[in-house]
Amino acid sequence: MIEAIVHGLHGLLAGFLHMSLPNVLMIGGGLLLLYLGIKKGFEPLLFVPIGFGAVLVNIPLGGLMEEGGILRTFYDAGVMTEIFPLLIFVGIGAMTDFGPLLENPKLLLLGAAGQFGIFLTLLLALALGFSKLDAVSIGIIGACDGPTAIYVSSQYAPHLLGAVSVAAYSYMSLVPIIQPPIMKFLTTHEERTIKMGVVRSSVSRTTKILFPILTTIIAGLIAPMGVPLIGMIMLGNLMRECGAVSRLTKASENEIANVVTLLLGITIGATMEGHAFLKPQTLVVFGLGFVAICLDTVAGVAFGKLMKVFTRGRINPLIGAAGISAYPMAARVAQIEGQKYNRKNYLLMHAMGANTGGQIGSVMAAAVMLSVLKGMGNI
Amino acid sequence: MKVSEVTAPMAGKIIDVKVEVGDTVSEDDELLILEAMKMEMPIVAPTSGKVKEIRCGKGDSVGADDVLVVIE
Repeated sequence: MIEAIVHGLHGLLAGFLHMSLPNVLMIGGGLLLLYLGIKKGFEPLLFVPIGFGAVLVNIPLGGLMEEGGILRTFYDAGVMTEIFPLLIFVGIGAMTDFGPLLENPKLLLLGAAGQFGIFLTLLLALALGFSKLDAVSIGIIGACDGPTAIYVSSQYAPHLLGAVSVAAYSYMSLVPIIQPPIMKFLTTHEERTIKMGVVRSSVSRTTKILFPILTTIIAGLIAPMGVPLIGMIMLGNLMRECGAVSRLTKASENEIANVVTLLLGITIGATMEGHAFLKPQTLVVFGLGFVAICLDTVAGVAFGKLMKVFTRGRINPLIGAAGISAYPMAARVAQIEGQKYNRKNYLLMHAMGANTGGQIGSVMAAAVMLSVLKGMGNI
Repeated sequence: MKVSEVTAPMAGKIIDVKVEVGDTVSEDDELLILEAMKMEMPIVAPTSGKVKEIRCGKGDSVGADDVLVVIE
């Protein structure tokens, strides 16, 4: 009888006895994410479920990520199958107005330039000894596009999923801190004060409907590996612009996006088990991700300066920084910085054009890299 | 007397009107707060003068280039 009681009490202590330092540290990490999300407002929709997922998975013997565990089931069903990130893309498409980009299509070039850092970081990661697929996943952090980063790493470097996702969303929330010093350093006062005029809504509804359809076909033919990504974002946008399926559009940008964000967040958090996450490699991933975002900003602003020259001073180079994907934070940063140096300057809609161009650019960058790797026989 | 029209730099919603008719304003003073793409931004006076007319109110939706305030 006493022996049974001792065994029973031992069972109650098992969780404590199996607790190890990596688990303790990662519970601390999860709590930090919760603090940042709740108290500081950093990407709360992602950081709260990710942080809680990290806490859950580091409680020993919970079995949430074991075969049959609830988070393992969500992970296998939604992340490994690509369903979660792709459903998020439908929602993003439904929320995105490509109007400012269509008003001034040359801003797409800024969206392309804003991806340059991805490729430089990829080379840097390769030089540091990462495999090609790992390097692609790390480089894509620079796109500041969480769903693309999750999509790529879940498919091709699942062991880096937690680090890549948290790095991507962390840096997305830090865009207002990371970008302004780079923007200021690379531009003159005169450049920062350039006014760009008013963006009028002259794009026809037909153009807005044709845009997602034609983009899907053309981009899909150029980089077939990106069809799931570009296809889902453009499906969402087509639903938004055609106006014929408002119920589906609303569901995509609200209910579906909310449910998937919750499940995606908690399952990403569940990949942050202490023993698997706390490696020097994770720190390197965070470092390279930071480099990628800085380089993307540099490339975007530098290309903005080039466009300023070619347009005889009609482009404010600050909007080049919005060429990275982080939507709409990067465009807001361009507006804030522009108005800081010229109170009468309203760059927001121009920056939105570059920013939505960056969304297409980041998806295309991922698609191109994956298609090239497939062509080389690495996938 | 020179009249200066303050126009909306983009479509959006007026969420605050910070001046009244008859107020004297200096260049770069905030006249209105416009919300567009879920971002609030100040619309400032392009020049110093007296507010002659306010053509929008709190909560109004405005289009790009709509005249919002007239300063003389």
